Amino acid sequence: MSDWYRDFANSGVGHTITKQLGLPRPAVLRRYEPGAPLLDGPAVIGSAGESRLRDTLTAVLKDAGVPVLSPVVADGGTDGERLGAVLLDATGVTGPADLAAAHDFLAPAVKRLGASGRVLVLADPPSDADSPAQVAARQALEGLVRSIAKELRNGGTANLLLVPAGAEASVPGPVRFFLSGRSAYVDGQVARLTAADVPGDQDDERPLAGKVAVVTGAARGIGASIARVMARDGAHVVAVDVPAAGQSLADVANEIGGTAFQLDITAPDAAERLIAHLHERHGGVDVVVHNAGITRDKLLVNMDAARWNSVMAVNLQAQLDITSALLDAEGVLRPGARVIAVSSQSGIAGNRGQTNYAASKAGVIGMVRAWAPAFAERGATINAVAPGFIVTEMTATMPFGTREIGSRINSLQQGGLPVDVAETIAWLAQPSAAGVNGQVVRVCGQSFLGA
Amino acid sequence: MAPQTRKAAIVGGNRIPFARSNSAYAQASNQDMLTATLDGLVARFGLQGQQVGEVVAGAVLKHSRDFNLTREAVLGSRLSAATPAYGVQQACGTGLEAAILVANKIALGQLESGIAGGVDTTSDAPLAVGDDLRRVLISLAGARTLQQRLKALAGIRPGQLVPEMPRNAEPRTGLSMGEHAAITATEWEIGREEQDELAARSHQNLAAAYDRGFFDDLVTPYLGLTRDESLRPDSTVEKLATLEPVFGTGGPDATMTAGNSTPLSDGASAVLVASDEWAAERGLPVLAHLVDAQTAAVDYVHGGEGLLMAPVYAVPVLLARNGLALQDFDFYEIHEAFASTVLSTMKAWEDPAFCKDRLGLDAPLGAIDRPKLNVNGSSLAAGHPFAATGGRIVATLAKTLHEAGPGKRGLISVCAAGGQGVVAVLES
Repeated sequence: MSDWYRDFANSGVGHTITKQLGLPRPAVLRRYEPGAPLLDGPAVIGSAGESRLRDTLTAVLKDAGVPVLSPVVADGGTDGERLGAVLLDATGVTGPADLAAAHDFLAPAVKRLGASGRVLVLADPPSDADSPAQVAARQALEGLVRSIAKELRNGGTANLLLVPAGAEASVPGPVRFFLSGRSAYVDGQVARLTAADVPGDQDDERPLAGKVAVVTGAARGIGASIARVMARDGAHVVAVDVPAAGQSLADVANEIGGTAFQLDITAPDAAERLIAHLHERHGGVDVVVHNAGITRDKLLVNMDAARWNSVMAVNLQAQLDITSALLDAEGVLRPGARVIAVSSQSGIAGNRGQTNYAASKAGVIGMVRAWAPAFAERGATINAVAPGFIVTEMTATMPFGTREIGSRINSLQQGGLPVDVAETIAWLAQPSAAGVNGQVVRVCGQSFLGA
Repeated sequence: MAPQTRKAAIVGGNRIPFARSNSAYAQASNQDMLTATLDGLVARFGLQGQQVGEVVAGAVLKHSRDFNLTREAVLGSRLSAATPAYGVQQACGTGLEAAILVANKIALGQLESGIAGGVDTTSDAPLAVGDDLRRVLISLAGARTLQQRLKALAGIRPGQLVPEMPRNAEPRTGLSMGEHAAITATEWEIGREEQDELAARSHQNLAAAYDRGFFDDLVTPYLGLTRDESLRPDSTVEKLATLEPVFGTGGPDATMTAGNSTPLSDGASAVLVASDEWAAERGLPVLAHLVDAQTAAVDYVHGGEGLLMAPVYAVPVLLARNGLALQDFDFYEIHEAFASTVLSTMKAWEDPAFCKDRLGLDAPLGAIDRPKLNVNGSSLAAGHPFAATGGRIVATLAKTLHEAGPGKRGLISVCAAGGQGVVAVLES
């Protein structure tokens, strides 16, 4: 499923034509490959106010072998090599006046950003501020970052990490994710970290080594991609899908060295059977990805009960039932467990003809937020990932116009790939993502819908 | 040498849904189906790239090019290419015999693990040229001069060009298996209604098993088929009663119809057999153990015994060796070649004269508890790709026993062409 327009815009003649006509020029995104460097170029780190994360950020970059350059000034030379990333530690911001420093640092630095470059701003959560002025300044950063994300071209992304006091140890993993090619299609997002017990010994080439990961809906599409990425990252994947999809499920399991487990997750005894299987075969489970989902689109006024109920049963109730049973089952959900639920842009923005689907996917967001404290208590996390326009077999059957518009209305001017969703989910499963809990990470290229 | 034997464990199984002849699998070869079935088993138990001790599987209808069918299927599968394989053929008993062979090697300590299976296609069946044409072609291949070649070719006659189709008939009697079964049914006075009842229950049991997810970890869909194609969940005695008899129609009271006889089918099955230790090392379950097995054969040509009655003889030998009565089982799997075969088999075990005269027993083996028979359906509903049936039954019974809890016992009885029978005992 190639993006013909992107390929055209990146060809010699296409480059000229799209530039002269002012047409969108989607970039070929930098995506993660095992062994690839964290960034393609050096990074600069700036601060606004009395910040506290500079050493942490420097250490992350140093560990990854990324050269850190001194910040450039507005009228400085631009003959140096292109930057891989621009990091702003804005944890010292106390009022709007401090934002000037942010502008002073960012403007010249972003100008030097290379292809698929990264802008990452770290700040304190507005809700933790002492005064309205401080809240305002911290909130202002959100507008700043989201706007930079829209201004960046050539595959660049900008994201904001909110780091409450005490959550400093949670910073390195998420920083690596947002700088790396794993976050290629994650743009204009705000993620809030929490204080957590973060293991320090993660092998970044195989961060999921030794883990057992369940992926539902793994027979095809995004689910198969999640299974592949998790296996690449070292996990043993228990690939789950409905019995009718068993042939392609077996193919996926065999391709990645995992196991196939045919299960209708809406069956009354589904959770019981899944737990018994995990207990018997693996002694427990480390990662559960609730990916299985169906659509039964109709306008609300034409929607029958069967369409409504089947979507709710697969997309929401099964996630609730299985998660609940895993929490109740003695010793099955291992310490440090990760549950990642697949939501959707439709669950955030709503979508015509998808009242059932959007309701179920919004429900998923409510679910992870509600369960986050209980998961934190056992050193585990639960998060949601909300894909935007992802190019799959399903989108390939959409009418041309709908598909083209759907894929372009985001800051990266292209549809994402299943692997982009998979990378984000695999990141949330990593030990170093222990400080990300109850979050909804959109993988949408900063879609204009529900933004 | 192993100082003593051990019981081989049935770890699990896999099969593809069984298709009706010339239907969903019409274009699939035996090798295709067996390979897909092995791959489904590999996926279920995470055996990618692993070497199991041996893969033993056979086919009844085989192309000559498939002389190394099982090994070729292994090479095409995700198993390690260092996995040895061989084929066996004992007609409809092939699959069960393969399981017994693997289990016996495990029992002796010669293997730690193995896969037993079988496959058959009645669609992609081998056609052969007739003997006359074959002789001409062979002498043509051996001819060295033009003159010799022309002479050989001159031996060809139009009538020789009709290929020989494989037939479901006994070479020594010329009768089809159904005709043989009809003779036995008449002999044992098996009625139409009881046959239809057995057939209807087979469909209902199989459908219920599918509905409750029983086959979720026993079957992997193939070529768009997700359930056995012959399965009629809404089958009833009333509907079956409307069918015309197809076998034994020469006599006055023909009872055997397409509804109470197994259809020609395509499919494959495989069972993972191992030592307890091998399973435990991999975190794999032990559903049941294969306790013992027995074969028998009858002289159906001159001896006055029914073609499919050999299991009747095998079972008492097996029971005696294990100190068991026929009633000491929680489940019975009697292969439904024909409903009348199952009923004749049970009737023979209940018959004092037969048990005394033919089986040499002081007392009849007695009746079996019918609700314990073929509880998750059998061949009438699932279909019967000859060599694949044994693997289907072993895996189904092993899971049935496992679900019922430890210490449960099951009896398998499979009749086979050529007047043979293979029977076995499994225990959870």
